[in-house]
Amino acid sequence: MRPLLRFWPDLRSRIGVYIAVLALTLLANGIQLVIPLITGHIIDGPIADRDLSGLWLPVLGVLIIGIAEAVALWGRRLLVAPVVAQWEITWRSRLFERLQYTSVAIHDSWESGQLLSRAINDLSQLRRFFAFGIPFLVTTPLIIIIGTIILTFLQPVFGLIMLIMAVPTIATVTVFEKRYREASRRSQDTVGEIATEVEESIQGIRILKSFGRSPWAAQRFSRLSGQFQNIEVRKAKLDSWFWSVLILLPTLAQAAIVAVGTWGVVQSWTTIGTVVAAVTISMVMRMPIEMLGFLLADALMALTAAARYWEVIDIRHDITDADGRIADAPDVGRYKGELDFDDVDFHFADTDRETLKSLNLHVDPGQTLAIVGATGSGKTTLASLVPRLQDVTGGSVRVDGTDIRELPVNEVRNLVSVSFEDPILFSTSVAENVSMGAPGVDDDAIWQALEITAAKDFVQRLPEGLDTQVGEQGLSLSGGQRQRLALARAVIGQPRILVLDDPLSAVDVDTEDRVQRALREILPDSTTLIIAHRPSTSALADAVAVLDEGRVVALGTHDELLESSPLYRELMGAAAVTAGTAGHTIGKRTTGGGAQ
Amino acid sequence: MSLPRLDEDAVEQLPPDIAKKARALLLSLVRPHLAMAIFLLVIVVLTALFLVIGPIFIADALDKGVPQAVDGDPGPLIWSVTAFVLSAIASAVLAFASTRLVGITAQKVVYQLRSRLFTHIQRLDLGYHERSTSGRLVSRQTSDMESVQQFLTYSLFDTALALFEMAFIAVTLIVLDVPLALVVFLGFIPLFFITKSAHSSQRNAYRRTRTSIAKVIVHFVETMGGIRAVQAYRRQPDRRGTLKDEDTLYRDANTDALRGVAWFAGWTRLVGNVTQTVIIIVGAWLVIEDWTQIGVLAAFILYLRRFYGPLDELVQAFNLYQSASAALEKMAAVLDTDPEVVAPTSPKPLPAHTSGQSANASDATSAREWAQAPSGRSIDLTHVRFSYGDGPDVLPRFDLRIPAGEIVALVGATGAGKSTLAKLVTRFYDPSEGRVTIDEVDLRDLDDAQLRSSVVMVTQESFLFAGTIADNIRIGNPDAGDEEVLAAATAVGLDPYIRNLPDGYETDVKKRGGRLSSGQRQLVSFARVFLANPDIVVLDEATAHLDIPSERLVQKALATVLEGRTAIIIAHRLSTVEIADRVLVMDSGRIIEDGAPDELVSGAGKFAQLHKAWRDSLV
Repeated sequence: MRPLLRFWPDLRSRIGVYIAVLALTLLANGIQLVIPLITGHIIDGPIADRDLSGLWLPVLGVLIIGIAEAVALWGRRLLVAPVVAQWEITWRSRLFERLQYTSVAIHDSWESGQLLSRAINDLSQLRRFFAFGIPFLVTTPLIIIIGTIILTFLQPVFGLIMLIMAVPTIATVTVFEKRYREASRRSQDTVGEIATEVEESIQGIRILKSFGRSPWAAQRFSRLSGQFQNIEVRKAKLDSWFWSVLILLPTLAQAAIVAVGTWGVVQSWTTIGTVVAAVTISMVMRMPIEMLGFLLADALMALTAAARYWEVIDIRHDITDADGRIADAPDVGRYKGELDFDDVDFHFADTDRETLKSLNLHVDPGQTLAIVGATGSGKTTLASLVPRLQDVTGGSVRVDGTDIRELPVNEVRNLVSVSFEDPILFSTSVAENVSMGAPGVDDDAIWQALEITAAKDFVQRLPEGLDTQVGEQGLSLSGGQRQRLALARAVIGQPRILVLDDPLSAVDVDTEDRVQRALREILPDSTTLIIAHRPSTSALADAVAVLDEGRVVALGTHDELLESSPLYRELMGAAAVTAGTAGHTIGKRTTGGGAQ
Repeated sequence: MSLPRLDEDAVEQLPPDIAKKARALLLSLVRPHLAMAIFLLVIVVLTALFLVIGPIFIADALDKGVPQAVDGDPGPLIWSVTAFVLSAIASAVLAFASTRLVGITAQKVVYQLRSRLFTHIQRLDLGYHERSTSGRLVSRQTSDMESVQQFLTYSLFDTALALFEMAFIAVTLIVLDVPLALVVFLGFIPLFFITKSAHSSQRNAYRRTRTSIAKVIVHFVETMGGIRAVQAYRRQPDRRGTLKDEDTLYRDANTDALRGVAWFAGWTRLVGNVTQTVIIIVGAWLVIEDWTQIGVLAAFILYLRRFYGPLDELVQAFNLYQSASAALEKMAAVLDTDPEVVAPTSPKPLPAHTSGQSANASDATSAREWAQAPSGRSIDLTHVRFSYGDGPDVLPRFDLRIPAGEIVALVGATGAGKSTLAKLVTRFYDPSEGRVTIDEVDLRDLDDAQLRSSVVMVTQESFLFAGTIADNIRIGNPDAGDEEVLAAATAVGLDPYIRNLPDGYETDVKKRGGRLSSGQRQLVSFARVFLANPDIVVLDEATAHLDIPSERLVQKALATVLEGRTAIIIAHRLSTVEIADRVLVMDSGRIIEDGAPDELVSGAGKFAQLHKAWRDSLV
């Protein structure tokens, strides 16, 4: 129950409307008990007496009650509609907010579909439950109880019969509840898995297509949706037991009332009229009892949905400002941009294996440090520490001597501009994608950034220039083009610190060279950390750090390292180039020259 | 009700006859279950029958049984009560059966629909996927599917039941008294108009909910997928704003739909209740005028209530139907899109391999699975021209022949058309003009399975699917045994990294400790190629994220396996040229140089320049 109770504050904020909804639900359902009484009165009274004048009042009553019922029905739905529709999107925005500020490491541990299914399917389940489930769950037992009380007043034995009937009902509920809850949990989790699989099959479509593995993926998906089918069928089977019991029990109770009642008439402790009244009332009670089955199933699904919702809301935010929150736009102080890695350790939360170990680095303001290392040596992790996408697990990263964990997260991210290995563009215009790095800049600045990253030419050729929609919902660009736009976003607005993770891997050497030089020329004051695979990049850096298994194993200028570090030489391909050149006719040239 | 104008994307635009297509889709889904549907119909009829006659037994017990039992003859009472209990048991059994069967059948239908949609989306050409967003297609399989499932599970049966129940009661009413029955049926005239107006307004509202929730999903998927950039660039407030805008549209559509239900349900009930009043008045008048019996009127009034009872269920069902059909329309629109790259109706086989160029038994690491390696195949592009739709030519008309076993390096600046050429050879796109053939067979005549086992492309995008590392490598060949997976991983230098992972090859890539760097992910892509064992390999920037030693290792492995195969390699790092037999230089969609590497390097053309720049970039 707890996950549902946690929605109380939302309920309380609209409690007035909600109580009105409950009252109208009760009214609409309760009226059903009254109408048979009046029609009975009409038949027995005015019609039997053939008294037309005595007819008008009760007929007016029937009409008024009929209209009242229709109005109650209409009012209940009309009132609840905007409230629950708003709740659904409020809850979604909370989920979204929580996730937007959840650290990348935690994001990575969630399947994307599990987040999506919570935000969509679970919340629509909750909306339906709050719109219909709760009002009926509250009023239905009330009607059953009122009915039982009336029966008891008519004749205590009849009340007793209803109570006896409650025993097998409760027993069934107990058996049913646990199993149904398990099935419901599995079902909703599977919805998440389905969403994941669908998303992956579309995002990985090129790979599936190029290996001709679409049938394989379809088979895999079939298995999963077959699994879902089985769970849903299991739910239907549980439903079938429960619902048929709930159909059977009240009718058996009615039969018992007739039998016991007749015996009572013979024994003359009751009258035929009482028996008829009791049967009529039990008839009205049948509908709510039958409905209990549906309501309980709905409640259990809503409970699962709520539990799944709170699992996300309860995610701990581990990278925050000092006060445990994350301010969107904290004040940004003035910094020189001196960057230090001070005895930094890093391991992911779910493993003890250190990705970075006792790492020390120092970059002076305006200097460029290239990070070089083999695949898996921890370069990307190192880069992610600077904008606090991850926080160190030991030591500290410092900007101008201040531990960045003491600064507001978004102040750090304001100081630090990043370009990722996999360029991420959003579904919006080129201009907006680029200007995100420095909101509020004008077109000139955007063009300048595009020029630095050698993207100006192709952007000019795009159908609508800067206003061309790109990203998933827009024009598809080549890998190199996307990289250059993402890089332009990083360099716009003269960032204090620039972190570039292999930003030009999909660009030809010539262009790369132009970009590198432009960067140095136009951003002389930006402290730059650049992950590089190519000698040309590290040759331009003020210093190069060689990373191996999470440690800095060599530090120096490109030329120094070529002399002193065999690993660096290997990483830069020095040895093999010499060997490879043998077959070719032209000689080898280098920018450095130190290697020779 | 004023509808906000929806700015629908071109892909989201629904064709005008979509409602018809959605109905056809539903019908085609239900048709295979016709026998079951008929059986369910029998159950519906029986259930409705018991619903109508059950109360007759109890009324009989009360009217006749009880007085007679009091008079000392329990026979009729016992009979009525027994009949009532039996009918109750029958109802319960029928409910039991119908709940199960409906559940099972509905799930079968949903399963079919899911699979059909999934398969179709996979069949759609790359062009469609590049125009469309993953979130939108995900919404078809999640939110829209939920809507359809709700309708099938909860409404279809109940609708039929409600209709039959009303029909039986209607018959009873006619039998009881024709004029009174006519008054009841008069009530259907306003109901008809109410339903008609609700139909169009609700359909509109539900269409809007489907369209707007899809946009919410698109935004959600994009934000979560790009969370690194969202956080690093502090986009949260902006993203929040967009979500709010999209969600507000959804909320308004939903509110309108729910309010529409309120009006519909309210009016329906009002008509029912007013008819009831009219019946009492008319009935009373008929009784008083002696045209009708009192008992008949009493029965009439009792039944009338039950007659309008199922209307609520019908209203509910009607709305679930509207929602589901709006969802089905969206799905029908996807299913209705034909891929531009179509499978041949009568595929031609590739000719058998001519020579048994069973290469490279020498290299131990990779030799095993390549032992029966087929030779390469020739590739011909004849009079090929390519443009996206009616756009400008990306590749102006050209001819190109790549003989079997040749390794071609494709070189040029970004945007020169290299990737487009690769996509033509792998038939991700069909040429706008001309033909692409391998071993003289037009790609358009090749069965997809054969094409894909013969031609494989690796791009710089190294996507991992949920599952273990071994599963991911097996995408190259799902039938590969553990040994082969291991051999492939070893060949490309991935093995040492995998051994470091908590569960080795069985490590779940999306879970605990499964993080792979982008370089390692690329090695996974390469391992896939090793397992796939194709005749033609196309590598599009496939080594871009690798450090130089890893790249070299991959190339060394490639050099061995590519022996005898045809290969097209696109790379900015010209180290690939070392294993190439031939270099093609592209510029603005044209092949401007074509020749052996040594020849071009020593020349004075573009390639010589590029090669020099590349050389200069090295140590």
